[in-house]
Amino acid sequence: MERTAPVHYPFNRTDGLDLACPYREARGTPGLTRVRMNHGDAAWLATRYEDVRFVLGDRRFSRAAALTHDEPRQSDGRRSAGILAMDPPEHTRLRTLVAKAFTVRQVERLRPQVRALAGELLDAMEETGQPADLVEDYALPIPVFVICQLLGVPAADRPQFRVWSDSLLSTSPMTAGEFTAVRGELRDYMAGLVAEHRRAPQDDLMTALVNARDQDDRLSEEELIDLCVAVLVAGHETTATQLPNFVLTLLRHPDQLARLRSDPEAVPAAVEELMRFVPLGAGASAARYATEDVEVGGTLVLAGEPVLVSIGSANHDGGRFEDADRLDVARADTHHLGFGHGVHHCLGAPLARLELQEGLAALLARFPGLRLAGEIVWKDELLVRGPRSLPIGW
Amino acid sequence: MTAWHLAVDRDRCMGTGICAGTAPALFRLDGRHSAPVNDSIDPDESALDAADSCPAAAITVTARETVIGPRP
Ligand code: HEM
Ligand code: SF4
Repeated sequence: MERTAPVHYPFNRTDGLDLACPYREARGTPGLTRVRMNHGDAAWLATRYEDVRFVLGDRRFSRAAALTHDEPRQSDGRRSAGILAMDPPEHTRLRTLVAKAFTVRQVERLRPQVRALAGELLDAMEETGQPADLVEDYALPIPVFVICQLLGVPAADRPQFRVWSDSLLSTSPMTAGEFTAVRGELRDYMAGLVAEHRRAPQDDLMTALVNARDQDDRLSEEELIDLCVAVLVAGHETTATQLPNFVLTLLRHPDQLARLRSDPEAVPAAVEELMRFVPLGAGASAARYATEDVEVGGTLVLAGEPVLVSIGSANHDGGRFEDADRLDVARADTHHLGFGHGVHHCLGAPLARLELQEGLAALLARFPGLRLAGEIVWKDELLVRGPRSLPIGW
Repeated sequence: MTAWHLAVDRDRCMGTGICAGTAPALFRLDGRHSAPVNDSIDPDESALDAADSCPAAAITVTARETVIGPRP
């Protein structure tokens, strides 16, 4: 197999939400694209819908193998670990333990609380007056609240919890040493929470996890704490970033915004279309290593080679979606890959959908004159893309 | 050995591919939805794992008319 010189990756700029041009070219070229990130092995990049879905869904592509390779990554410090770095059957054991807390049915129980919270946040914004920062005043507090409910974080601890979670996420630049220190503090805090739940069980995810650990011994103490940290890290910034991205995208497509306003029932479908349309990631998803030779989209990937997949590109594949680059909030086929595919398909997808639906619906209903009211500041960490601050008026 | 029966509710299935990844011998995606490879199988723990993992609760495993998966 011919190995062309790798091109530098990721392609996307971080001061906007557009999908970079090289993706279109890559989708139209047979085979996979050879890329290299700042750190780690050169890799194959999959950009077409079918190829992306295939790689994410096929067990011959391993996440765990990334731990024993020089995984392609953007910055040196952050190496993956936890549930997203496991393969079945270890992955299955962990995932089945938490999956029940995240089914559509379970998550629906939180809807009234999320709706009430959205209303309170909007009240506070109106009281303080315009402009408000949609990120700080609305999009961030929603997932933090939800995760605190799931993990049973007492109200008094929430401000401190928010400080830790903000600093653990890419919203603040940190040295590797600082990162480790904050992570340590948060893990200690989680260990305390676990002890507290052991003493006084509650009706929440944390209690269910503690029971799985204590009664059935299916989970180690370390795994239990890692899982709680993973839920926090994976569930907070993604949701807090997509909500402003959705609002900004709708403001830039006034016809679609008007359609949605005229039919609030259409919010769930619009959220799916926005998940498809907005390429959240600056780059690709975590690398998968082939455990044997496998053909993907016309390229023979050799055993031991890593493959990256671009979900954003797959979601704009004209071979899969009609008029793929057009936002259509009433699109019937929104079978997007925005939450991934296969065994690592987003654990929190039902919850993220609920938060995005309630967050968007409440905002649009409250502010018929919603508009941009200042300069957007963009995140620049090359992980998830979106505004760091989004000033709005109404 | 009592056979187990697998069923996928196609109206509920969201096509996440979790089941086909968890138990590739038992489930596969045909287009947008999952379907059992065989409706009737020998007892196999991974069928219960797949049923437990489905976010839509679309998979049912039964043995002798009794639902055994998803597990409570
Ligand atoms: C709009 C918001 C969200 C988006 C776009 C998103 C996207 C994703 C994607 C694409 C993956 C797969 C990664 C891969 O296979 O490489 C994933 C995995 C994951 N997500 Fe989400 N997510 C969101 C919200 C959440 C929430 C709210 C939670 C938890 C409360 C969560 C928890 C997780 C976990 C734990 C995993 C790893 C699952 C595993 O390895 O089995 N996510 N997410
Ligand atoms: S896990 Fe459930 S929702 Fe996902 S493909 Fe299988 S049956 Fe469908």
